[in-house]
Amino acid sequence: MFKYVKQLTSLVAMVAVLFAFTTETMAAKKSKTLKNTMKKGFVRCGVSQGLPGFSNADAAGNWTGVDVDVCRAVAAAVLGDANKVKFTPLSAKERFTALTSGEIDILSRNTTWTLSRDADLGVTFVGVNFYDGQGFMVRKDSGITSTSQFKNGISACTNIGTTTELNMRDFFNSKGISYEPVAFEKADEVVAAYDSGRCDTYTTDKSGLAAQRTKMTNPDDHLVLPETISKEPLGPVVRQGDAVWEDIVRWSLNVMIEAEEYGISSTNADAMKVSENPAIKRLVGTEGELGSYLGLDQDWSLRIIKQVGNYGESYKRNIADTGILPDRGPNNIWTKGGLLYTPPAR
Amino acid sequence: MKLKKILPQLLTLLFIILVFGFFTMNAQENMGARGLEFGFGFLKTQASFDIQFSLIDYDGSHTYARAYLVGLLNTLLVAFIGIILATLLGAVVGVARLSPNYLIRKTASFYIEFFRNIPLLLQIFFWYFAALRALPMLEDAPMLLNSSFMTIKGLYAPAPIWTNFDVFFTTIIAAMIIIFFFVRYAKKKQEQEGKRLPVFFISLAIFIFLPLLTFLIGGVDLSWSYPVIRQMSQSSYTFDGGLKIPPELIALTLALTLYTATFIAENVRAGIQGIGKGQKEAAASIGLTPNQVLKLVIMPQALRIIIPPTTNQYLNLTKNSSLAAAIAYPDLVLVFAGTAMMQTGRAIEIVGITMATYLTISLCISLLMNWYNKRIAIQEK
Repeated sequence: MFKYVKQLTSLVAMVAVLFAFTTETMAAKKSKTLKNTMKKGFVRCGVSQGLPGFSNADAAGNWTGVDVDVCRAVAAAVLGDANKVKFTPLSAKERFTALTSGEIDILSRNTTWTLSRDADLGVTFVGVNFYDGQGFMVRKDSGITSTSQFKNGISACTNIGTTTELNMRDFFNSKGISYEPVAFEKADEVVAAYDSGRCDTYTTDKSGLAAQRTKMTNPDDHLVLPETISKEPLGPVVRQGDAVWEDIVRWSLNVMIEAEEYGISSTNADAMKVSENPAIKRLVGTEGELGSYLGLDQDWSLRIIKQVGNYGESYKRNIADTGILPDRGPNNIWTKGGLLYTPPAR
Repeated sequence: MKLKKILPQLLTLLFIILVFGFFTMNAQENMGARGLEFGFGFLKTQASFDIQFSLIDYDGSHTYARAYLVGLLNTLLVAFIGIILATLLGAVVGVARLSPNYLIRKTASFYIEFFRNIPLLLQIFFWYFAALRALPMLEDAPMLLNSSFMTIKGLYAPAPIWTNFDVFFTTIIAAMIIIFFFVRYAKKKQEQEGKRLPVFFISLAIFIFLPLLTFLIGGVDLSWSYPVIRQMSQSSYTFDGGLKIPPELIALTLALTLYTATFIAENVRAGIQGIGKGQKEAAASIGLTPNQVLKLVIMPQALRIIIPPTTNQYLNLTKNSSLAAAIAYPDLVLVFAGTAMMQTGRAIEIVGITMATYLTISLCISLLMNWYNKRIAIQEK
């Protein structure tokens, strides 16, 4: 009798060890960032200090913008509620340090994807949520309508710590034009200095120019020149070394874009559950088990679409309807002549 | 017995080493985990960004090390000008504060109370943006002194063009050495024979005429390059030639000077008031003129009180110059701890270098002022 008890206990112990081992691997698969996020109950998201259309807080402290919506999508997927996001406003200078030091888990702050940043800063870019390019703004009364009319001695106001400073040098050097760079730490001072006449031109990403133009004393006195001097693919960034978290953020963004491609929006998502198209069924969670690959449940993508909306809805709400850039240009779905093309969610 | 004395110090040292060691290891571990490497190799790579204002030859094709030097020199420039102007203004206002004239006295104290009690950053913004709003566009700027223009894009003045500047410069150094020995000779002569030479005027003459002589015989020549206005587009202009001082430098210097001078003025007032009335009366009673009383009796004693707190103000001014970043003056913080840090992502290295640099500048100023303080301290014989 006693003998059997002993055998039984060792069997139980063995099973327990085996079980513990399997749960351990499951948890490990879940990733440290995902585990921490679930424990905290909110997604920690780094945003700008105020760029209308991308990440901007209203008087009540509610953040809106296309960059903000990426973080909200992740919150909807992971925590089930798009509002469970803690936003940290960061300057261009602070942003990567905040991410690598673990102060935030997603950096969604109109950040240009470049090789050196991707490879050298200990971060990973997960995709592109806005195709931008650097441009110039001038005063209308200067009569300048193209950058080819720029002359030696032009002074250009901009921000420090961005790719803008580097592009500006490349541009003026290639044209053989001497220029005076006046670089400020914060965007508000750049606008104030340019507006007062300190500089002949203001250069930054075109979306930024369009947004900042609304802050000028007389917005109609200023003109954004048609030329684009650089590629500025803006996208969300995560810390290097957590592949699962990286995938969650990447596919949260991709779901928003693909939802628009298949015509799934926040208003018709539930109705789409009965669709015949398997691609649509996968996105609304009635076919396949995509969520489990990411350590999430079956309805993760449905929640993103219902709570945040598809990419088109986000663009319309934040950028088109606010008058910043009504024309979607390259930021349209590839089937409609834009550059937004995601790998299939399957 | 000896151990008892040393042990606490050893323990303190051990504690400091442990704390530092912990932070270093922690930083290394975290950086390693994120695939970041610690190193200063980036200083040798091309910076690729331009800087608005530089005292040395610089453009984006130079290295980060060179960009650092540009920022450092710009910081030193604004600190140097600021310290000199603040000292002059502070001395004048400090004396004015003790003036028997009611209006002068009250104006001085109003100035001090006003500028010392407004945050410096606010003053910098005020001077910069007020100046930008108030200054004329280039095409409307009136000509000053027949050669210069004060405009929204800065002060445009004639730039000197030297031939054989090295000869001129060597002569100035030579003149200074001659003056040094002459002053020693004059002092000795006064001590031995009681005869007083007009030291000041002779020194001045040497200092002016010796360098001027090089124009006649040394082949030195000086001509000026004047700023000439040129139209760039229908509404914008620029100046070609001449010397350009950016409005950011002017606004920053103005704000730092006006702010720091208030504290120096109070130090000067305290120094003068700290000298007993009897000193002045005694000096007058042995027949010294009022000028001599101030120069030989009051000031040497007052300086002992003025110098130590004024050293603090010099250090404050230097450190406060880092607020330049707010108004686009390319100082060390804006160029190196700003743009360079952003472009390279080397936060720990760059913040470390920047901190070490400010520490070094501050210690140098301290050392210099302590040396001066010792020189004017009571010499016990």
